[in-house]
Amino acid sequence: MLNTLWLIPIVPFAGFLLNGFFGKRAGKSFVTAVALAGSLGAALLGTWAVIEYNAHYHHGERHLNVVYNWFTSGNIGADIAFQLDPLSIIMLMVVTWVGFLIHLYSVGYMSHEEGYWRYFAYLNLFMAMMLILILGSSYLFMFVGWEGVGLCSYLLIGFYYDKDFAAAAGKKAFIVNRIGDFGFLVAMFLMFAYLGSVDFMKVQQAAMAGGVDSAIITAICLLLFLGATGKSAQIPLYVWLPDAMAGPTPVSALIHAATMVTAGVYMVARSNVLYRLSPIAMMVVALIGAATALFAATIGLRQNDIKKVLAYSTVSQLGFMFMGVGVGAFAAGVFHLVTHAFFKACLFLGSGSVIHAMSGEQDIRRMGGLWKKIPITAWTFLIATIAIAGFPPFAGFFSKDEILASAWSTHFFPGVGKLVYVLGTIAAFFTAFYMFRLFYLTFFGKFRGTHEQEHHVHESPATMTVPLIILAFLSIVGGFIGLPHVIGHNWLAEWMHPLIPDVEGHGPLHIAGVVEWTVMIVSALVALAGFLLARSLYRGRELAADESFERRSPAVARTLENKYYVDEFYGAAVVRPLAASSRFLWKVIDAIIDGIAAMLGFIVRGFGDLLRFFQTGNVRNYALMFFLGVVVFLFLLV
Amino acid sequence: MIPTEWFLVLSAILFAIGVCGVLTRRNGITIFMSIELMINAVNLTFVAYARLFGDLHGVMFVFFIMAIAAAEAAVGLAIFISLFHHRASIDVDEANLMHW
Repeated sequence: MLNTLWLIPIVPFAGFLLNGFFGKRAGKSFVTAVALAGSLGAALLGTWAVIEYNAHYHHGERHLNVVYNWFTSGNIGADIAFQLDPLSIIMLMVVTWVGFLIHLYSVGYMSHEEGYWRYFAYLNLFMAMMLILILGSSYLFMFVGWEGVGLCSYLLIGFYYDKDFAAAAGKKAFIVNRIGDFGFLVAMFLMFAYLGSVDFMKVQQAAMAGGVDSAIITAICLLLFLGATGKSAQIPLYVWLPDAMAGPTPVSALIHAATMVTAGVYMVARSNVLYRLSPIAMMVVALIGAATALFAATIGLRQNDIKKVLAYSTVSQLGFMFMGVGVGAFAAGVFHLVTHAFFKACLFLGSGSVIHAMSGEQDIRRMGGLWKKIPITAWTFLIATIAIAGFPPFAGFFSKDEILASAWSTHFFPGVGKLVYVLGTIAAFFTAFYMFRLFYLTFFGKFRGTHEQEHHVHESPATMTVPLIILAFLSIVGGFIGLPHVIGHNWLAEWMHPLIPDVEGHGPLHIAGVVEWTVMIVSALVALAGFLLARSLYRGRELAADESFERRSPAVARTLENKYYVDEFYGAAVVRPLAASSRFLWKVIDAIIDGIAAMLGFIVRGFGDLLRFFQTGNVRNYALMFFLGVVVFLFLLV
Repeated sequence: MIPTEWFLVLSAILFAIGVCGVLTRRNGITIFMSIELMINAVNLTFVAYARLFGDLHGVMFVFFIMAIAAAEAAVGLAIFISLFHHRASIDVDEANLMHW
């Protein structure tokens, strides 16, 4: 299996082809079987490969499986090659198994939808592309998957293409991601030019060997991070992710929470050597991450669409991951990626189950009192909420705590590290608050929807609840793979250790025991404070709490509700000028160019009209002209 | 010996008759015959000069021209037969589909 790693992405790709070409006619059971086989096949093959890897390698070496030489031109070139190493393995396990659970969930969730086959074809294509992204052994091949998942994201956001807002949201996601991809591409060009390769290992070795201008390394890192801000929804390119909720809910869980959007974090962790050579770039990553974490968390406070709250929460949690990788705690960033995949997938799937029960209603102002009616959904949602809010010993606590402790004790930029820690802690407080606000408004109080909705509320079928239960279980125990040193064994950090070689004498971050304890206690208290505040406000008073806040500080409330008017700002600063200049080019410049072309045509036509008179169709006329021509010609000649 | 000029004058007269025939006649076959007349006027010029200069190249040329004229006549007649099939007439004034 190790030398046929390419089989892992091929399996779901085959599922995509089968469902894409034959799914419409073959019917629902065929589509279901193919889609589940595609994702489960990838998961099983991946697990098999990991087991074999563990038998062969004991020090986290990279296993390389070159399929063929993609291109070679002069000194540069790239291979179609897959790799397996500790980081790829973590991603592989998360993507394939969480992906499979969400496929399973989708069978129930999408069962009444038009275009069932189309949905599963895209979903399998997404799995294939995501696997290329995480198994590719060079930036270039990774970029293939990177673009592929972007395409699937676009297709699935716009799944309900007959709704204008869904189509527009898909386009927005695609275009915003293009801006980030520009950075990724230029970074690759710089790698080719200055480091001679785009293979992960070769880039790393070339950078560590020295001799490359540190400004170049910084430029590469910042450009790669620009790519990451697009894909992973960080300031300034986060705007597409909240809109992406127009897609079906399992898509939000799979692509826009658990897997694709974490690709940027994966990429930065993958490039940790480059980043550690450029502390400035790391500082940018950490600060952007912290700013995004706080910024998105504050927006989340006042959103009323259940999926929008979770979307801003995702943006915020991705900010935490970038804080982690930015301060040099690469294992911590990846750790949070893993736990986030569990609890955020659980939350999204739970919200899907709620929406399903509420006959498509997404506004939490019209929910309430669902606790008794859909108990499995409610319990799993509660567990995931506790996990994201950061209560020990749930998954989110340990990963968030490790990030915050690392930020406090980073040696790259100690002062800024403290600032990042403070921002992160405030964001963590808001996280606990808005998540419990969501929880109380959805599940407690009295039912605020219509009569028909109330009548129709029902628990989801087993294909939906089983993934929820599994993910909720993982949200409880997922944190134990990376316990703090003062409590136990940080298995994940040790597993990742071979990937983080000493750069300029520095290995992975070291966190002092005192700091670890302090940060843990503070985090737990902050989470508790957020929970208690939300409880006191929304338990019993429900919407009245929001309304009284609105009365007391209407400006703040409106700003948050309108997401700081960032979309409006982008519209005024970027979209409208661009549209205006396009219209200018279209109406004015194009008119000039077209005018010239049309004039040439007009002249030619005029001549043609003139010459047409000689085209009588009478053979003898032609002969006469011919003779006259010869006579004139001979006359001139003699 | 007959002077060369006489041949040339005769050739010019034959050529002029041919031109007149092509320009004035409507029947395709007649036009065709007129063209043959022009070709043979040229042939006559060739052999006249060949005799004058005692050079056999001119005579050789005439053989080639006669061979090609025969081939061309075959093609031309085929065109007229085809035209006749379509239109039941070989009047060239009626074959004016390319008219503007």
